[in-house]
Amino acid sequence: MPDPGRARRRRLRSGGPAGETVRGHWVSSEIATTISERAARRRSPATRRQLRGLAVQLLGPLTMLAGVVWAAVQPYRVAFLYPEGKGAYDYLVQPPLLVVLVGLVFALAIAPGLVEDLEGGEHGSPR
Amino acid sequence: MVPRAETAHWLAASVALFLGLVLLAEVIVGPDVFRRRRWRAYLWPALAFGSSVGLWVIAVFSTFSTLHLLAHAVWAQAALLAGAAQLAAVRGKLRGALPSLAVAAGLLVSGIAFLVHEQNPWLYSRSAFLHHTIGWTLVAASLFPFGQALRPRRLVWSAGFALTWVVLAVLLYADRDAAPIFGRFGELGGP
Repeated sequence: MPDPGRARRRRLRSGGPAGETVRGHWVSSEIATTISERAARRRSPATRRQLRGLAVQLLGPLTMLAGVVWAAVQPYRVAFLYPEGKGAYDYLVQPPLLVVLVGLVFALAIAPGLVEDLEGGEHGSPR
Repeated sequence: MVPRAETAHWLAASVALFLGLVLLAEVIVGPDVFRRRRWRAYLWPALAFGSSVGLWVIAVFSTFSTLHLLAHAVWAQAALLAGAAQLAAVRGKLRGALPSLAVAAGLLVSGIAFLVHEQNPWLYSRSAFLHHTIGWTLVAASLFPFGQALRPRRLVWSAGFALTWVVLAVLLYADRDAAPIFGRFGELGGP
């Protein structure tokens, strides 16, 4: 008995149209665009730049959020909330607040310039 | 007044976290866009170089044990060499795989220093646990810059290197001078 998939596989290997004859009619299994074409269109350079810019912009706020969550989960690590017996260093160096500070510095000092340069395209001039 | 060890570790964690975010951003936007502003190219080498100065200061004050003094001096020296190599790379004075290999060597030596200078077993205390964890993390992470030296364009190496600093920050933030680990605290503290 002839294998119906064999001819189709041969056509696919040879780069011909993907499809087969069913009850005398040619039935194409090709969709309008291939998945790879759609993925490529979805990830056009502009879209990729936007996604990258968004990711860079999110790094700072997410870090700050992590610090706030940490402070909520372990409030005793914030000296302002538990001042008994705390010294100068305890007020200067409070881990959850340091995390928030790092996120803030990144969001204000690093991310905006990066996003600006990213939107300037691949061929922007160095500064 | 000299700050407690945990205070210095939390400050180091903040530097590591900031460095991790900067390196992650470079991975996301790509080195070409990242280095479009010259000062950004100098950020990571300068942070490594500056950290080495801070580590030398800590080494000066870590006189309570010879092993700690030596370990901090090793980290300071490793950070100094890695920072210097990266600065030379940014300036164009060092090319090829050498800058990445210097960073790989720095991480490897730092990891070994962490492992060697911790005398207690893993579950002795939180500090002991973190020393072992950080040590093995750095030893394993030295593969990332090594991979960058061999295949500079592979994203996995730069992303892994960036995430290493974030993981290191989390571990350093978790450090306390005296705290239990998984409910255990030393041989006397019991489970």
